[in-house]
Amino acid sequence: MSVSETFKHEVALPEGAETVEAKLGYLDYKKSPKPHIALRDGGPESPCATRCADKPCVTVCPAKVYEWEDAQKKILVAYENCIECGACRMLCPFDNIACDWPAGGFGVKYKYG
Amino acid sequence: MADDAFDAIVVGAGPAGVSAAIAMARAGLKVVILERGEYPGAKNVQGAVLYSRMLHEIIPDFWKDPEAALERPIVEQKTCITTEDSWVTVGYRSQKFLEGVPNCYTIIRVRFDRWYAEKAAEAGAEVYAGVKVEDVVRENGGIVGIRTSEGDELRASVVIACDGVNSIVAQKAGFRKELRPAEVALGAKEVLGLPAEKIEDRFALEPGQGATMELFGSITEGMLGYVFIYTNKDSLSLGVGCKLSDYQKKGIRPSDHLERVKRHPYIKKLISGAKTLEYSAHLIPEGGFKSMPPLAADGFLTAGDAAQMVNAAYREGSNLAMTSGRLAGETVVEAKIKGDFSGATLSSYVDKLRRSYVWSDLEEVKDLEAAVERSEGFLDFYPRLANDLAYLRFSVDGRPKKEHLKQAIALVRKRGFLRVAKELWPIRKAAI
Repeated sequence: MSVSETFKHEVALPEGAETVEAKLGYLDYKKSPKPHIALRDGGPESPCATRCADKPCVTVCPAKVYEWEDAQKKILVAYENCIECGACRMLCPFDNIACDWPAGGFGVKYKYG
Repeated sequence: MADDAFDAIVVGAGPAGVSAAIAMARAGLKVVILERGEYPGAKNVQGAVLYSRMLHEIIPDFWKDPEAALERPIVEQKTCITTEDSWVTVGYRSQKFLEGVPNCYTIIRVRFDRWYAEKAAEAGAEVYAGVKVEDVVRENGGIVGIRTSEGDELRASVVIACDGVNSIVAQKAGFRKELRPAEVALGAKEVLGLPAEKIEDRFALEPGQGATMELFGSITEGMLGYVFIYTNKDSLSLGVGCKLSDYQKKGIRPSDHLERVKRHPYIKKLISGAKTLEYSAHLIPEGGFKSMPPLAADGFLTAGDAAQMVNAAYREGSNLAMTSGRLAGETVVEAKIKGDFSGATLSSYVDKLRRSYVWSDLEEVKDLEAAVERSEGFLDFYPRLANDLAYLRFSVDGRPKKEHLKQAIALVRKRGFLRVAKELWPIRKAAI
């Protein structure tokens, strides 16, 4: 049985609340030409598809880098959203996230921090 | 980049790295700071409160420098214990905090870090931004340099890892494993633009002066952590920070938590009409004393967040980073005079830390978090109790005060006096 079939992540935000996507809109990035995040196993037999019921990367990542794509039964990684907190590596119960930093000078550029 | 060897390579241009570099460059050592961000501060996030004393020891009277990127000197600090619709506030304000070495300032980290890195450059350190360190270079077991992601190799007598909570250098050097979600807090924050006069009105402040506030209780939604709101010159910093393992357990995204926080009646009035300027998130090392990696090895030292030097109970971190960075720098200066960069010599860094407040404070609070966590009471029972007691104290309802007192005692008795005493006792370590 695939645990992912039942995975739904719905958040009841208060009325008028700003989504994380809107928050990322305040940020400047120097877009890295190559991904700095990869799933060690992104295939149909990956732990994400077969064993991970809670998918904390999807629910917690403060930049919504990870999304569960139910049709393809896999996690999509929007690495260009990443604000480089490093939480995902620790969040993944299956150590399936290889998250490095973008190359020097690339990635998020905070103005206030 | 010069390819001749350096006395020291400092990885990371934050408070720890810059402090280390200044100490070494002033003593005439050949020092380079490597920063992976496009500019110093580009990747750095903090609340942010800067404690003056530790920076004053490095840059005397820094607050007199008009270029120093300071926001407001803090005259008032408040703690607020919330329920959904009520709160108890405890605070202290005094102009004494402005005398002599002012106690602390709010800062905007990116601006501050750029200014501070400039000080290292003025002291003679080379500062290279946009350089990512990929790995350490080892020879005969000791660390002799680093390799950048571009494949360049740089050699030095000592590498000082000041690359923050996620320290790649300490991990690559094999000194540290990946942190666990229970060892870190995840913070998310917004800088909210608001005119200075509005800030001063809302916080009842004299022009230019500032206040800080931390909120506990219902506002953390059952997670261990707090919400903070700090006054900058013409913005507020509003943030949440809770244990990553708690966000993980509850499946809460900190940005959503922040949105709910904004709607708490206490916060709502303070931020009304403010315009978001930036959103950010960062990890805070909270394992402290128990998660500290080896601090010194052959050709290697580590300081600041990379070494887990955060006193979460007192929201101190950048000051510990500055002190530990400076002590690491001074250790390298001594090692250079001796001509010996072995782990045995460099471990005098640990002795220096032991003699400072850094070690003592981290050791003092090392069991505090576990004590707080052992009792789920701190997340719900005690915040409610504080509010219920305050309600009784301030209500005039026609009943004799004696009955109020009886009711108050009954509220505490429900949990058991001994249990309450046992649960509250460890908190003394965060009280003074």
